[in-house]
Amino acid sequence: MSDDIRTLTTRLAEEPTSLAFLELAESLRRRGQLAAAAKIARGGLGRYPGLADAHDLMARILSDQGDLAGAFDAWADALRLDPMRTGALKGIAFLYFRAGDAAAAADHLQRAAEADPDDASIAQALARVRRESLGTAHRMESRPTPAPAPAAAPDPEPVTVVPQPVEQPDRSALFAELEGGHGLLLVDANGLLLAGSLPALGGGESGDRVAAQLAGVSREAARATRLLDLGTWQSITAESPDGHFVLVRPTGETVLLAAREPLLPVARVALLAERAARAARSWLEQLR
Amino acid sequence: MTDPQAVLDRVTRVAGVRGALVASAGDGLVVADQLMDGVDGRAAAALAGSLVGRLVRTVAGAGRRPPAFVQLRAERGSILAAPCPNDLVLIAVVGPDANVGLARLEMLDAASRLS
Repeated sequence: MSDDIRTLTTRLAEEPTSLAFLELAESLRRRGQLAAAAKIARGGLGRYPGLADAHDLMARILSDQGDLAGAFDAWADALRLDPMRTGALKGIAFLYFRAGDAAAAADHLQRAAEADPDDASIAQALARVRRESLGTAHRMESRPTPAPAPAAAPDPEPVTVVPQPVEQPDRSALFAELEGGHGLLLVDANGLLLAGSLPALGGGESGDRVAAQLAGVSREAARATRLLDLGTWQSITAESPDGHFVLVRPTGETVLLAAREPLLPVARVALLAERAARAARSWLEQLR
Repeated sequence: MTDPQAVLDRVTRVAGVRGALVASAGDGLVVADQLMDGVDGRAAAALAGSLVGRLVRTVAGAGRRPPAFVQLRAERGSILAAPCPNDLVLIAVVGPDANVGLARLEMLDAASRLS
């Protein structure tokens, strides 16, 4: 056992409620002692379920162990607690990249770059993903056969196991029959995107980024209307010079965002939101 | 900058408006208010300010410029908010029978004069 691990183990034994578990589990992970790292991290998570660092750490360990679905969930938990956490954004980008979804990987890396513009590794990873994406597109144009999966991760963190490709659900299908289906997002109470897509104004997809900002918005609106004796909230509209946004509540645990260009009157966007909310309710009932 | 009380006068003259206030967007502190009895100005400022901040971040996440007007509609009325450029936000609490369209126009005009 190395000195640093011995020291951290002693410190954690003396103060089981301390945050020393973070450093200890990370040290164990870096040494490849993944089972021990996972055990320490799980113990810490049990004590600090609201700590984004602990979920981020757990995700790195799970990723090293090859449990990519578990890693994805853990990074999503970290983002729920801290939507701009660059480690989790890079981790999820890595998983998307390995699964061959370069666009989603680039979107997450772009968010990470916005959160930490000084981190050169993010810019490098983003450039690499975009290069790979372009290369894949060119190969697809020149050959009818599928392009090979990317061989390396954009994240400089050492992650060892080559996974099976992760199947990505078609999150746009739910709203496909509603005026093209774009610009509609169904989001759960934790800010996770359940269905839909929202193109960013400058290109790319912004659904996950926008969904993260909507975490807890329903609770916040309910609190405001309760304290001001206005009853249950029904909708929120926001008029930007670049678009009209309407938020409604298909169920108690979800919100639905409809976004359209500013030429479309807010009232029309509200009608679209109501139609999409009905479709979302049916979809959620079917899932149950 | 126009006197906030003069701005609030115009907004509260609209039918159905139960109160209006100017608050700091960042910390939700009330700068000026004209409220009917029973309207909690501090709660309106803090909660509406927080909600507007969240919507600004949401819209920015989609690459759009910040909203100029926000309406939270509920069973028995609405909270209206018009962010101003200098970290202020103009907020109105209106009843279910309010002329929201007119209140919106007054608030957008007032927000531009508060900047």
